[in-house]
Amino acid sequence: MVWEQVVEFLGDAATWSGPGSIPGRLWEHVWVSVLATVIAVVLVFPLALWLGHIRRGAEVAGAVVNIGRAIPSFGILVVTVMLLLELGVSVLSVWPVLVALVALAAPPVFTNTIAGIQGVEPATVEAARGMGLTEGQLIARVEMPLASPVILEGLRIAFVQVIATATLGALVAWGGLGRFIVDGFSQQNQGKVVVGAILVAILAVVAEIGLSMMQKASTPRGLSPGIRESPNVS
Amino acid sequence: MIDWSWIGRNAEEILDRTWEHLFLTLVPVGIGILISFGLTAIILTWRRAYGSITLAAGILYTIPSLALFAALIPVVGLNATNAIIALTSYTLLILVRNFVAGIDGVPSATLEAADGMGYTRSARFWRMEVPLALPVVIAGIRIATITTVGLVTVSVVLGLGGYGFFIYRGFQARQITQTLVGLILSIVLATALDLVFVGIQRRLTPWTRSRA
Repeated sequence: MVWEQVVEFLGDAATWSGPGSIPGRLWEHVWVSVLATVIAVVLVFPLALWLGHIRRGAEVAGAVVNIGRAIPSFGILVVTVMLLLELGVSVLSVWPVLVALVALAAPPVFTNTIAGIQGVEPATVEAARGMGLTEGQLIARVEMPLASPVILEGLRIAFVQVIATATLGALVAWGGLGRFIVDGFSQQNQGKVVVGAILVAILAVVAEIGLSMMQKASTPRGLSPGIRESPNVS
Repeated sequence: MIDWSWIGRNAEEILDRTWEHLFLTLVPVGIGILISFGLTAIILTWRRAYGSITLAAGILYTIPSLALFAALIPVVGLNATNAIIALTSYTLLILVRNFVAGIDGVPSATLEAADGMGYTRSARFWRMEVPLALPVVIAGIRIATITTVGLVTVSVVLGLGGYGFFIYRGFQARQITQTLVGLILSIVLATALDLVFVGIQRRLTPWTRSRA
């Protein structure tokens, strides 16, 4: 019965074109996730770079990791959306979900950047300083390249978590691929639910693998990727 | 904005959801620990299995919870079994990694000392390696537990959810009090369970206490 519904859903023309179609929802899901991650990076990366550079922030980063783990991303999503609705933002607009996703993407970027920069050998930094590099050059040419595997790992964790949580956006009236799962539930159409679930799973795994490959490719020779934080699921 | 009386009026339901949340956290973590023991045993005897086991666990871990709950519906239905299978699968990556890292972290000098004292291979494992691995093993169990507490909230789509029920019903009824109560209780539960495990670790590994 499920398979009949899957075949029926996939055979429907509306599944393949229009705003509520698979390509439409996929595009919506991806661009919101990318945008949320980019905004999070713009907001927290400079501060984290600086905190790592002056080597103060290990405690802050540790606290962010611990607190971040204990807060369910579903709860953050719903509370953020509700607060923005109170402020008069439309439930149908992308803003509530986007703001929540930025809040979820920021901690991994922040903590991994601090950990990565702070993990650079102090002797290396001193040597570079001795060679006459300014503080700005030091950050750009020594600390950032050496920290890049850990920083990119933070980016990967953030993006995969955003992809996962964007799925939950369908529970709070937004679109994205989660829409198929949630609509399938309410229409008692298990075929739709299953297709949505598989699409979401594939998207998350592809994002994870793609960013891991990018992380490996951009690792400076002689460095092996370090692991600072285990990712969060949502 | 906050309706404090809501809490008093719904004390009984809050208690019921507390038990549900605890059940949906501890059962998956417990089953996850058992499966991870098995997987760790396989890895310790056959090292080459590490890559494929962590890859498989990693893929499971990457699948968003809503998708995994949904994908399991045609197989097991809309029930607690569904939630337990999905939530258990998320614990495996964290647990297996930490179990193996714990055993691998035992200094080789310690192992040599044990060999020199005439320990058999299995006595060395159970009396030296396992106790010394405990801090890292328990650290893994703590992370897995906290993560699971958060994920339980999403099982509201299966008609369960623990505190996630309040989070979602608060949204549907536009009652922020209810949503905030669900969110805060979930954080409190995660923190409380974490403290329990810290206590267990201090009891089981008294030698780590002086370092703190």
